[in-house]
Amino acid sequence: MTWQGLLQPFLLMAVVALIAWGMGTYMYRVFEGGHTFLDPIMVPLERGIYRFVGIDPDQEMRWTTYVFALLAVNLIGFIVLFILLEIQTVLPLNPAHQAHVPFWVGWNTAISFVTNTNWQAYAGEATLSYLSQAWLVVQQFLSPITGICLFLAVARGFSRQSSNTLGNFWRDFVRALLWISIPLAVIATIVLVALGSPQNLHPYTHVTTLQGLHQIIAQGPVASMTAIMQLGDNGGGFFNANAAHPFIAPNVVSLLFQLLLGFAVPAGCIYLFGKMIKDTRQSRAIFAAMAVLFLAGALIMYHFESAGNTVLTAHHITLASHANYEGKETRFGVGTTTLFNNSTTAISWGSVAASNDSMTPIGGMINLFNMMTGEVIFGSWGVGMIGMLAFAILAVFLAGLMVGRTPEYLGKKIEAYEVKMSVLAMVVPSFVILILAALSVSIAAGKAGIFNPGPHGLTEVLYAFSSGVGNNGSAFGGLNAASPWYAATVGIAMLLGRYAMYIPLVAIGGSLARKQHIPTSAGTFPTHGLLFIVLLVGTVLIVGALVFFPALALGPLAEQFAMNAGRLF
Amino acid sequence: MSTAPVPSISEQELASHKSGSEGKGKRSRKGSFIDPELIRRSLGQSVRKLSPASLAHNPVMFAVEIGSVLTTIDAFRYLFEGKMSSFSFTGQISLWLWLTVLFSTFAEAMAEGRGQAHADALRKTRTDTEARREVANGYEMVSATQLVKGDIVVVEAGELIPGDGEVIEGVAAVDESAITGESAPVIRESGGDRSAVTGGTKVISDRLRIKITADRGESFLDRMISLIEAAKRQKTPNEIALALLLAGLTLIFLVVVMTLAPFSSYSHTTVSITVLIALLVALAPTTIGGLLSAIGISGMNRLFEANVLALSGRAVEAAGDVNVIMLDKTGTLTLGNRYATEFVPAKGVSEQKLAEAAQLSSLADETPEGRSIVVFAKEHYGLREQTIADRKATFVPFSAQTRMSGVNYDGHELRKGAVDAVTDWVGGELPPDVSDTVARISNEGGTPLLVGEDRKLLGVIYLKDVVKEGIKERLAALRRSGIKTVMITGDNPVTAAAIAKEVGVDDFLAEATPEKKMEFVKSTRAQGYMVGMVGDGTNDAPALANADVAVAMNTGTMAAREAGNMIDLDSNPTKLIEIVEVGKQILITRGALTTFSVANDVAKYFAIIPAMFMVAFPGLAALNIMHLTSPRSAILSAIIFNALIIPALIPLALRGVKYKAAEAAVILRKNLLVYGLGGLVLPFIGIKLIDMVVTVLHLVSVAH
Repeated sequence: MTWQGLLQPFLLMAVVALIAWGMGTYMYRVFEGGHTFLDPIMVPLERGIYRFVGIDPDQEMRWTTYVFALLAVNLIGFIVLFILLEIQTVLPLNPAHQAHVPFWVGWNTAISFVTNTNWQAYAGEATLSYLSQAWLVVQQFLSPITGICLFLAVARGFSRQSSNTLGNFWRDFVRALLWISIPLAVIATIVLVALGSPQNLHPYTHVTTLQGLHQIIAQGPVASMTAIMQLGDNGGGFFNANAAHPFIAPNVVSLLFQLLLGFAVPAGCIYLFGKMIKDTRQSRAIFAAMAVLFLAGALIMYHFESAGNTVLTAHHITLASHANYEGKETRFGVGTTTLFNNSTTAISWGSVAASNDSMTPIGGMINLFNMMTGEVIFGSWGVGMIGMLAFAILAVFLAGLMVGRTPEYLGKKIEAYEVKMSVLAMVVPSFVILILAALSVSIAAGKAGIFNPGPHGLTEVLYAFSSGVGNNGSAFGGLNAASPWYAATVGIAMLLGRYAMYIPLVAIGGSLARKQHIPTSAGTFPTHGLLFIVLLVGTVLIVGALVFFPALALGPLAEQFAMNAGRLF
Repeated sequence: MSTAPVPSISEQELASHKSGSEGKGKRSRKGSFIDPELIRRSLGQSVRKLSPASLAHNPVMFAVEIGSVLTTIDAFRYLFEGKMSSFSFTGQISLWLWLTVLFSTFAEAMAEGRGQAHADALRKTRTDTEARREVANGYEMVSATQLVKGDIVVVEAGELIPGDGEVIEGVAAVDESAITGESAPVIRESGGDRSAVTGGTKVISDRLRIKITADRGESFLDRMISLIEAAKRQKTPNEIALALLLAGLTLIFLVVVMTLAPFSSYSHTTVSITVLIALLVALAPTTIGGLLSAIGISGMNRLFEANVLALSGRAVEAAGDVNVIMLDKTGTLTLGNRYATEFVPAKGVSEQKLAEAAQLSSLADETPEGRSIVVFAKEHYGLREQTIADRKATFVPFSAQTRMSGVNYDGHELRKGAVDAVTDWVGGELPPDVSDTVARISNEGGTPLLVGEDRKLLGVIYLKDVVKEGIKERLAALRRSGIKTVMITGDNPVTAAAIAKEVGVDDFLAEATPEKKMEFVKSTRAQGYMVGMVGDGTNDAPALANADVAVAMNTGTMAAREAGNMIDLDSNPTKLIEIVEVGKQILITRGALTTFSVANDVAKYFAIIPAMFMVAFPGLAALNIMHLTSPRSAILSAIIFNALIIPALIPLALRGVKYKAAEAAVILRKNLLVYGLGGLVLPFIGIKLIDMVVTVLHLVSVAH
């Protein structure tokens, strides 16, 4: 470990805090009233869209209507994408003559790009036509916006009182697209091109290397696709190697820029929430809790990756560095790549700069744990924030009882309905991960897809479903993700992780909006102080740890202890 | 005559306002934890409660019971297969699982048993009495059971009142000890706020004509008994929410344990069903699950022990949430009697002269104000007490026309009275210095009395409403815990503001009328506050009906008692503060034990997980940080700890976590430290100790 490597995550958090403030302020103006510099261009465009589609953006929706509209948009997105993938052979813009996409891979991919998971059961450059890739880009614009809409609905539950409605889905959707996704993606594309990523529609280039070998260099609209994949926390890379590919991240500046791009909206939502409830101190506390969890993960991962493989030391194998360089992007080094991978699992992003499969067991476990807790360490656009709010509701419920009042959070009473819905949201990730993983290690179809038996294989299986449920999309590797079993089940995990987890939270929003604000007093447990941060972090850790500890004991923990004892899997 | 100095009067007053157990002649309602009769009865009950039908309302314990059945079957399988070592281990696990369930039903039975004892005591007083019912031509004797609403009965001294009713004629002393536990009789009279009588109480003097207001079976006593007995059946909103969370946690752990079987067979190791069930029981929140209903029931009991009858558990819980409480000024915040605290002479009159005149004019005045003037003059001006006879004076009593009282002596007329009355008497004009004094006293919330001699003004007596001892501290404690206090008074706003400042309330409602009180309750609630109030009179009823926590005085009118959701049998207006504390205590106890229960899981994991998989992955022995002897002893110890912690916490559940008014953050920090951190650390120590005992006693074979 180096001091630069240790300092890096702290610096990152500091910069992210600044971005959160800027983005939050901007987004508040976009969604809750106010003016932005983009209004002269976007307002006429926005009105045109409403007139064209025939919707009234001022019509307030109940939570059920809001969710219904959201589901409708997602369903249409799923159908269109699925059909496009299945008939790409007969559609234009397929210069590389990519073949038919298998049914389950199509199902998996369609769900994946609608739920902002962007799990790729395929290698993009070897499977998809330019048209398919282009449509995936469209989905990469739309799917994170669904997340921010879920967030807005929940946040309005806290900010409103005695109200039956949570805003208008269409207005939120269109504004997020016009004011956030498109302009930021355009800026990011320009920056990425400037930093060296290609942007073209040429067929793949065939070259003969210096050694006389034949090589096909895949290319295309890499910069624009990378911009939206990182900005939207999609992570569905143009290339299978993702951010480890030199066209996606030509240099370290580009990589760090992409890292910040990934944090921009999720972190912004934290501050936006505070602006909406008119108490930004609450945002600070939640940001702090997330930052603590993030830093803990980053530092533990960095420690274990730097310590490297103890078996090598035991066998007196001396490498240039004893750190675990296996599977790392050597251009960036252990510190930066582990920071990138920790971020990518924390933000529900999925873009990777190192192979998770090659990490030390504990290092890999951190990635796994980031996702198992329900992607609440920043998470994806808005949904990480509301996932954290569900944890906060549970934390406050117990803490509130302990101060002798009906628990309340941000002036809203937390009662049976809210507890029920939070428990539901909390149960989903654990049930889906554990049950699907248990099935996979029991049946032949599941076991056949595991490339590394033993504890490492268990980690691979747990990772696939955690990534699916967390709508993360990063892959551990070592698993035949394209096999019908995994393509189908990970698809189910992605669906449940998106809808079964977040719809109950919108229901909470609906219920909270109807309630009155309780004035704060000395009897109100303050949720902006250090005590609450500790409590929130503790709740996330303990709930996550209690549920997954046995599985992790048989996976990464068993593997790490075995490795220390000289046994590898 | 009585010359009790002011402080002693206030002490006396306070004593009679002190709560339940400390009053004189009070029957103790406190139950003891080690009452052998109660324990014996509870043991029997707890076995009966093992039936699945009665356990089904508690999903956590229901799951444990199913687990116990399964492990018991497993144990007998080993017995028939002749695997004695496995039988011994599985049998012991089964035993402790059964004990876990039993401990929890025992806790519930203990809590219920204490309530049941109260109910039985009350039922004894519900003897069947004869009633003298008025009919067209006199009276007829009927059984009390035959009385219906609207009947009119007459009760003589020495007779029991046959049913709840309203006194419509007469004044009598009534012994209400059957209901309140208070042996001193109370006065009941027609009209006014002391007209309600309760069936089962005894008239000890005079006779009363009573209009029956409740049918048989709906009387106050019946309601009281059924409330105490029904405490176990009611689930409050927070209890429901918590039960949901516990059921959710149990469900999650069920899935964790069920999926662990395929994970372990994938890892080439087999885990017996007993061990899996042991893990489930260890992880499930059994501590709080086992004590949850006991906490609620005993909370209601504690209120009853404080002589408060809550008509619903919901009201008790709401009491913990109250953030505005409305307190009547007179009788609650102040003693209600005014005392002389200052003599301000008019220009040209000496203080001594005024004091003398004031004392003289009050000698025959038996009102507390009058007595206080005499005492004040004696203590501060050294005037020895005299009697009217000494001065050959004649007393001029207060009359509605003159609105003054005084004495005539040696041809002089001495008068004292209200400002306007005396002003008229002296000729209609007040000198500026006197009118300034009058204005000052009014502004400070006091009452000025003017004293004059021979139609000449001597000065002003400053009468002050004396704030009850200790009330300021209690109000300050309420403020610390975030509760706003509002003083209700009929005084004008200026006076009210002054008293409010002196007493230390946050707000006041002056010139309060029934409508104004109700409006205030409504508008405060509309701002999101939860309002608690105390009332006794019929004119309080509309406001009581609108408040979240409405405590009616037992001495109050039927209307007030109907409108309230709690009845204070002691009729002590400051009781609301205690009710709030009990409400908070119940919630705190639930929260603390839940936190404790969940925090316990960490240590149990460290005991059980390495024990389960050390064979397949010897490296996992590193997780055995407690260095438990063997896998079996580790699992058994965790289960024993899990079972024993329930009876260990029964006293805490029944007594409740101590509550001291403080800021929410302070309370939370303390409770998190004790129950969160304590819950994390304690089981590590406990399991280690139990493992040492298990090892020493060779309860399980060490070999795996």
